[in-house]
Amino acid sequence: MNWWQRLWRRKQMEEELEKELRFHLDQHVNELIAQGYAPDLAQRNARLAFGGQEQVKEECRDARGTRWFEDLLRDFRYALRALRQRPGFAAVAILTLALGSGATTVMFTVINGVLLKPLAYPDADRLVTLHGKTEKYGEQWGFSYPEFLDYQSTSRTLGSMAAWTYGGGTITKPGEAEYLFGRQISSGLFSVFGVPLVKGRAFLPEEDQRGAAPVAIISYSLWQRRFGGSPQAVGQQLVLNGRSYTVVGVAPAGFRLDGEADLYTPLGQATEPRMQQRGAFFIHVLGRLQSNVTLAQAQTEMSVIARRLALQYPKDNQGRDMVAHPLSQEVVGDVRPTLWLLLGAVSLVLLIACVNVASLLLARAVSRERELAMRVALGASRGRLVRQCLTESSVLGISGGALGVMLAFVGVHPFVSLWPGSLPRAEDVQLDWRALLFALGVSLLCSFLFGLAPALRAPARNLDRALGSGARNLGSTRRLHGVFVVAEVALAVVLLVSAGILGRTLLRLLSLDPGINTRNVMVAHVALSPVVLENPAEARAAWEDILDRARRFPGVQSVALADVVPMRVGEDAVGYWATPSQPPPDQTPLALTSIVTPDYLKVMGISLRRGRFLNEQDRAGHEIAVVIDNNLAQRAFGESDPVGKPLWLQGMPSNPAKIVGVVGHVRHWGLAGDDQSRVRDQIYVSFYQLPDPLVSFLSSVMSITVRTSLAPLNVAEPLRRELRGPGSDQTLYDIHTMDDLASASLDRQRFLLWLFGIFAALALVLASIGIYGVLTYLTNQRVPEIGLRMALGASARNVIRLVLGQSFGMIVVGIGIGIFGALAGGRLLQHLVDGTRPVDLSTFAIMIPILLATALFASLIPARRASRVDPMSALRQE
Amino acid sequence: MTAPKSDLPQGTLDLLILKVVDLGPVHGYALAQRLEQASRGVVQVPEGSLYPALHRLENRGLLAADWKETETGREAKFYRLTRKGRKQLETEAASWQRLIDAIALILGMANGGAR
Repeated sequence: MNWWQRLWRRKQMEEELEKELRFHLDQHVNELIAQGYAPDLAQRNARLAFGGQEQVKEECRDARGTRWFEDLLRDFRYALRALRQRPGFAAVAILTLALGSGATTVMFTVINGVLLKPLAYPDADRLVTLHGKTEKYGEQWGFSYPEFLDYQSTSRTLGSMAAWTYGGGTITKPGEAEYLFGRQISSGLFSVFGVPLVKGRAFLPEEDQRGAAPVAIISYSLWQRRFGGSPQAVGQQLVLNGRSYTVVGVAPAGFRLDGEADLYTPLGQATEPRMQQRGAFFIHVLGRLQSNVTLAQAQTEMSVIARRLALQYPKDNQGRDMVAHPLSQEVVGDVRPTLWLLLGAVSLVLLIACVNVASLLLARAVSRERELAMRVALGASRGRLVRQCLTESSVLGISGGALGVMLAFVGVHPFVSLWPGSLPRAEDVQLDWRALLFALGVSLLCSFLFGLAPALRAPARNLDRALGSGARNLGSTRRLHGVFVVAEVALAVVLLVSAGILGRTLLRLLSLDPGINTRNVMVAHVALSPVVLENPAEARAAWEDILDRARRFPGVQSVALADVVPMRVGEDAVGYWATPSQPPPDQTPLALTSIVTPDYLKVMGISLRRGRFLNEQDRAGHEIAVVIDNNLAQRAFGESDPVGKPLWLQGMPSNPAKIVGVVGHVRHWGLAGDDQSRVRDQIYVSFYQLPDPLVSFLSSVMSITVRTSLAPLNVAEPLRRELRGPGSDQTLYDIHTMDDLASASLDRQRFLLWLFGIFAALALVLASIGIYGVLTYLTNQRVPEIGLRMALGASARNVIRLVLGQSFGMIVVGIGIGIFGALAGGRLLQHLVDGTRPVDLSTFAIMIPILLATALFASLIPARRASRVDPMSALRQE
Repeated sequence: MTAPKSDLPQGTLDLLILKVVDLGPVHGYALAQRLEQASRGVVQVPEGSLYPALHRLENRGLLAADWKETETGREAKFYRLTRKGRKQLETEAASWQRLIDAIALILGMANGGAR
C-alpha cells in the first residue's frame, strides 16, 4: 500500500492491526496453557511478554508515515471548533488580517503587473531604449535624426533599431474634421517590438525616405471609429493636414508609444529642417539586443560610437554620451519607488495587524495554559503542542488571507483608476497566480509570526504548577505583551509621522505662489486648418482671426496664444547667454522659452517686476524684444537692472535680443516639481516677431489661453464651435482649466497623502485595539493584586494611575523607537516625493500627542474597570 | 540458567527480522519465537516492539504481507521477503559481517599486546 492508500484506508488498517495483535496474544496464551499454566496466569504472562498494547499500536501507527497528516487534520478541526466557540475573537482577528493582507495583496498585484511581469512583447527583456547624456544636463531622451541614422548603420550589438517622434494633425477625410494624435515612426519599429499588424503591412524602408508616397498605419481604435473595422480600410485614402495618405496597415489594439496614438506615419518622410540638424534632439530611439549580447556590451558599444561622433561633429556632439536602458524601465517611468514605498507602508499596517492578533492569541494561550499542561501530562510532546498552536494560527491566517484576496479582487481596479495621472501598464495589472501565491505566502508567514509566541509558550516545564494553579506565572507573558504594545506603537508612529510629513508637504505646496492666477483660465491646443498651415502669411491671418473672435466672445476677458503652457506636458528649452561670446554647448545655461502674444501676461496674471511686457509694437522687422523672469535676471545679471541689456538666444535668427522687462517666476513644472527641475529660467518672446519658417512650425503646436468671467469650461464648447474656421476644419483639443492643471501637478502628493492618511488611521485604530486588548488582559490577571491593594486602602484613582502608568511606560518606549523609524521614513519620503522637506519637530509635535492621547484613551477603559474591582470578591477569587 | 541477555545494537532488529523472514513466510508470533530460539535466548526483544518494526519494513517495501490461515484454522498476517528486501538483507548482512570481522581482529590484537 502506498502513502495515500494508507491514509485513506485508515479504518481497515486499524482493524487489521487489532486482529494481528490479538492473534499474537491468543497464540501465546494457548501455548502457555498447553505448557500447563492456568488460563488467567497464561493471559497475564502473555501480556507481560508483549508489553504495552496501546503503545505498540501507537508505534505501528507512527510507522505508517501518515501520522503528521492525520494530526494536521485533527488540529485543523480542533482549531475550527475553538474559533467557533469564540466568534467575536475570530471575527476581529480575521477582519484585521483581511484588511492587512488585502491591502498588501493589492499593492503586490500592482507591482507584479507594472514592475515584475515582462512587457507583452516577444522576448521583451531584449528591448532597450537609448538616451543621450551630457555631463551638465544628465540624461535626456532625445537623439537627433542624423545621429539615429549613424547609430543604426554602425551598431553591431543591437540587431535592429527604430526611432519615433510625436506627430499628428487634423484629419478631414473620411468623416468630420478631428485632431488626431500621431507618431512618426521609422520603418522597422513594429518589427523591433516584434508585434504583427492586425491588417496590412508595416512601412517599407523605401517609404521611410524623403519624397516617398505618403502612407499611414492607423490604430485599431481609429480603424473601428472611422472605417467601421472594415477589412477594405487598407488601401483607402485619408486626408491628414491636407495631404492624402494611403492606409497600408492597422496597428494591434492597445499598442502604445508613450500612450496610444491614432495613426503612424513614416518618420523619414518628414521635411522639417530639424530632421537635418544634429543639434535637434527630438527622436526617441529603441532597439533589440542581439541574442548573445548583454546590455553592458551594448552600452560599451554605444559609448564608443558616441566618442567617434563627438570627434566628427564637435559642435553638437561634444561631451555627449549614450546610455542604454531596458525598455520596461522607460515604460514604467518613475512609479517604481512610489510602488515600493506603498508596499512598504501597507506592510507596516499588516505587521501591526499581525502583532495585534499575536497579542490576542497570546492572551488566549495563557488562559489555556491548563489545557496545554494537561495535554503534556497525557503524553503530547512539546513539538506536538507547538504544531497545534501553529495550526490554529494558520487557520486564522489563511481565513484572513482568503478574505483579503477577495478584498484585493474587488479593490485592485478602483485603486488603479485612482492612481494620479495614469498608471503605466495599468492593463497588465491583474490578480493572477503570482498574486495568489503571494497572498498565500503572506498569510502563512503572518500565521507563523503571530502564532509563534503563543506556540513557544506551550511549555513542558512546571507542569504541576500550571496544572495546580492555572496561570499565575505571568512574568514572561507580561514582558511579551509589553513588547507587542511597544511594537504596535512604534509602527503606528512611523505611519502617523509619514502621513504628517506628507500633509505638511501638501499644505506647503498648496500655499506656494504658482506665479500665475489660475482662476478662470482655460487653455486648449488649436489645430489650424491644414490649408493655411503651409503658408506663414495665411497662418498668421488665421491666428489673428482666432484671437479676434475669441476676444469678442461673451464671457471672455482676455485671450492670448502660447506655445507651451505652465504645468502641462511640453517644454521648449533654449540655450542663452548674456555676453557676446557663446560658451561651449554643454555649458550654455538653458531657459524655458515661451512664444506668446502680448496679452499672455494679462491672461495668466503674471506679475510684472521691471520694465514692460511684450506689446503690439514688438513686430517683425523691429529689434527682437524678450522678457525674462526674475530667476534668469538673478542668475545672469545679479543685482544689476537687466532691462535694456542684450541677450543671445540659441537658434534665433537676429541675435542679440533686447531685454525689455522682468516678470515673476512661473512654476512651469508644477507646484511640487518646479524647485527640483533642471530648467528654471524663463524667457518670453513675442509670436509676432518670429520669422516665417518658425511661424509655420509653431502654428502646429500653439495653444490658446483664455481668461473668462464665467466658469471656463462653460465657455469651452461654444468657443470651440465659434473657432471652427471658414472650412470647419479648425479644431480645439486637449481643453483644460489652469486650476485643473495646477491641482493635477499635486496629484501624486495628494494621492500619497490620502493613502498614508488611511494607513495611519488604520494603524492608530489597530494599535488602540491592541493596547486595549493587552491591558484588559493584563489587568484581569492582576485583579487579585488590585483587590488586595484596595483592601489595604488604595483608592480608585491610585488604581487607575497604576494601570495607566504601566501602559504609559510601554507607549513611551514605543514612541521612542518609532521616532527613529519615522526619521528614516521621512528621509525616504524626502527622496521619493517632490517638495518634501526634512522631518521637522512640528510634525512630531502634532502627531505624537495624537497617538499618545489615543493610546491612553484605549488604556483608560481597562483602567477604570480595574478601579471598580470589588476588593472582597477579588480576594475570594484567589 | 540462561546466558546473560544483551541489548540489541541499534538497527540490528530490522536485519534479524529480514533474515528470519527469509527462511519462509512467517507471522509475527512465530517470528518472535524463532528469534529467541535461534539466538538461544540471548536476543530477547519485547514481543510488542516487533510489530512497529514489521510495519515499518512493510511500508518501506522490504516485506510484503498476506492474510493466510494457520494450521489451527485462524487467519494470521504472514510476512514474506520482497526482492528489494532480499537485496537489503544481503548488503546489510555483508556489512555486518565485515564489522564483526574487524571488531574480532581488533579484540584479538589487544589480547596479543597484553601477553
